[in-house]
Amino acid sequence: MTTENLRVLTSASYAGPGDAGRTGSWRVLRPVIDYAKCAPAKTGKPACFLCWLYCPDSVVSKTLEPTIDLEYCKGCGICAEECPSKAIAMVEESNFTEMEFPSLTREG
Amino acid sequence: MFVFESGNIAAATGAKLARVQVIAAYPITPQTPLTEKLSEYVDSGVLDAQYVAVESEHSALAVCIGASSTSARAFTATSANGLLYMAEQLHWAAGARLPLVMCVVNRGIGAPFNIWNDHQDSISQRDTGWIQIYAKDHQEILDSVIKAYRLSEEVCIPVMICYDGYYLSHTYMPYDVPDQSAVDAFLPPYEYRHNLGPKKPTNLNTVTLPGGRPDIHGEFAPGYMELRECLHVEMVQAIDIYRRIDGDFAQLIGRGGNPIAERYLCDDADYVAVALGSMANQIKDVVSRLREEGLKVGLLALALYRPFPNEFLASELSGRKGVIVFEKAISFGHSGALCSDLQAALYPCTSRPVVSNYILGLGGRSYQSSDFYNAIRDCVGRGSADFQNPAWIGLGR
Repeated sequence: MTTENLRVLTSASYAGPGDAGRTGSWRVLRPVIDYAKCAPAKTGKPACFLCWLYCPDSVVSKTLEPTIDLEYCKGCGICAEECPSKAIAMVEESNFTEMEFPSLTREG
Repeated sequence: MFVFESGNIAAATGAKLARVQVIAAYPITPQTPLTEKLSEYVDSGVLDAQYVAVESEHSALAVCIGASSTSARAFTATSANGLLYMAEQLHWAAGARLPLVMCVVNRGIGAPFNIWNDHQDSISQRDTGWIQIYAKDHQEILDSVIKAYRLSEEVCIPVMICYDGYYLSHTYMPYDVPDQSAVDAFLPPYEYRHNLGPKKPTNLNTVTLPGGRPDIHGEFAPGYMELRECLHVEMVQAIDIYRRIDGDFAQLIGRGGNPIAERYLCDDADYVAVALGSMANQIKDVVSRLREEGLKVGLLALALYRPFPNEFLASELSGRKGVIVFEKAISFGHSGALCSDLQAALYPCTSRPVVSNYILGLGGRSYQSSDFYNAIRDCVGRGSADFQNPAWIGLGR
C-alpha cells in the first residue's frame, strides 16, 4: 500500500528525553543544586550521580557539575530526596517568575 | 463462482478472501452467523488467522486495534448496542489511524429492547472518524469488504461496512465469489507505518498536548489539533481514492463502477429518491413503475456516507424539482441525519430542489413498495417541505 502521501498518522514517540512534550511547564517546585555540597562538583570526580540515576525523566546530566534540563523537569523532587549530600533544594517556582518574566513584575 | 448464501456468509467470505489474520468478535444478533462462520473457517484451517474470543465488543475492537498496530489485518463485526459498547474504541481506532474493517449489521438500538433492523446504530456513530459504506445486496457486501481493506490500508482510516440486519444478513440470494488469486492481486499485504514490534519499541498515541512541539530529533511533532485536521482532510481525499480503488477492482474482478452511489434512471429525472442500504433496491421497482406512469423519477442509492460526497450530490441533485430522502434513522429533535447532511450539501446550489424527508422501518417496522410509491407521488409538485417534521411511514400500523 502507498501511504507515504499521508502527512502524519498519529503521535508516536521513541525512547529519549522529553518526548512527551515540554513537561517543564507542569513544575511547581524547581530543583536547585548547591555545587558546594554536590559530590562530583565538589571533588571534581565522576562519582555519586544518584540524581542522574533516579530521575524518572532523564533530565539530569551525568557531568561533573550535574545540570537539570528545566524544559522537561516536572519538579517531582526525587533527585532532592535521593541526594546523599542534601545538595538539591526544591524551590517554589514563583521565586523565579519575576526573574524570567521581568515585564510581569510590579515595578515593570 | 456463483453461490446461493446469506448476507452474513457473503461478509465472512469477503473477510476470508481478504486473508484477515486476526478476528475478534462478540456475538450479537443479527451479526452472529458472520463471525460464527469465520470461527469455523479458522477451526477447519481454511483460513490462517487467530480467532480471539473476547468478553465484550469493547475488547473485540481493542484486540483489533492492537493487531492492526503490528501490521496484522484485523476484522470484527457487530450490531446495535454492541457497536455502542465499542464507542470509545471506535474513536480510538480512527484517531490512531489504523486500517480496520468492521461489518455493522444494522439493528435498532435499545431502549426499548429491539433486535430488528434500522440504521440508528451506525448513523449515530457517524462522527467517530470511520469511513461508512452501506451495501444494498449480498454482492455489494462481499465486494465492499474486500475493497474496504484496500481503502482502509491506503488512507489509514478504519471502515465500517454497514448492511441491513435480516433484510440482508439472514436472506439468501445468489452472488459471485471472486477467485482468491484475483483478490490477492487486488489486495497486497499491509504494513502499518508505525509497525509496532519488539524490534522497534514505540509509544503510540501518546499524551498529545494542545500545541505542537519539537520531538527528540528537533523536528516539529504535531499537536492534537493538527492530527484532527489531518484525519479530516485525508478522509475527504478518500472519496477520490475510493473511486480509483473501485476502478482497480472492476479491472481485476469485473464488477464496480458505482462506488459512491448507484444512479438509477437519474439522467432526466425531475424527482430523485435517496436511500441507504437494501431499501434502495426495493425503491428501484417503485421508480420503474412510476416511470411507466410517465413520472420522471430516479433513484440515488447512496453507498458512501462518510466521507460525505458533498460535491457529487450537489452536482447530481442541483436543478431537480424534488429530492425525497428515505431514512431508517433520525437525529432526534432535528431531522433524519442523511437528510440534514444532504440539505447542507445542496445549500451552495443556485437551483435547490425541495427536499422531503421520510422516516421508516425503525426497529423493524414493516414497509412496503406502496409506501415508497405513495411518498414519491406525494412529493410531485410539492413547493416546500417541513424540515424539522419529517413524515413517518407506517405509524399506527
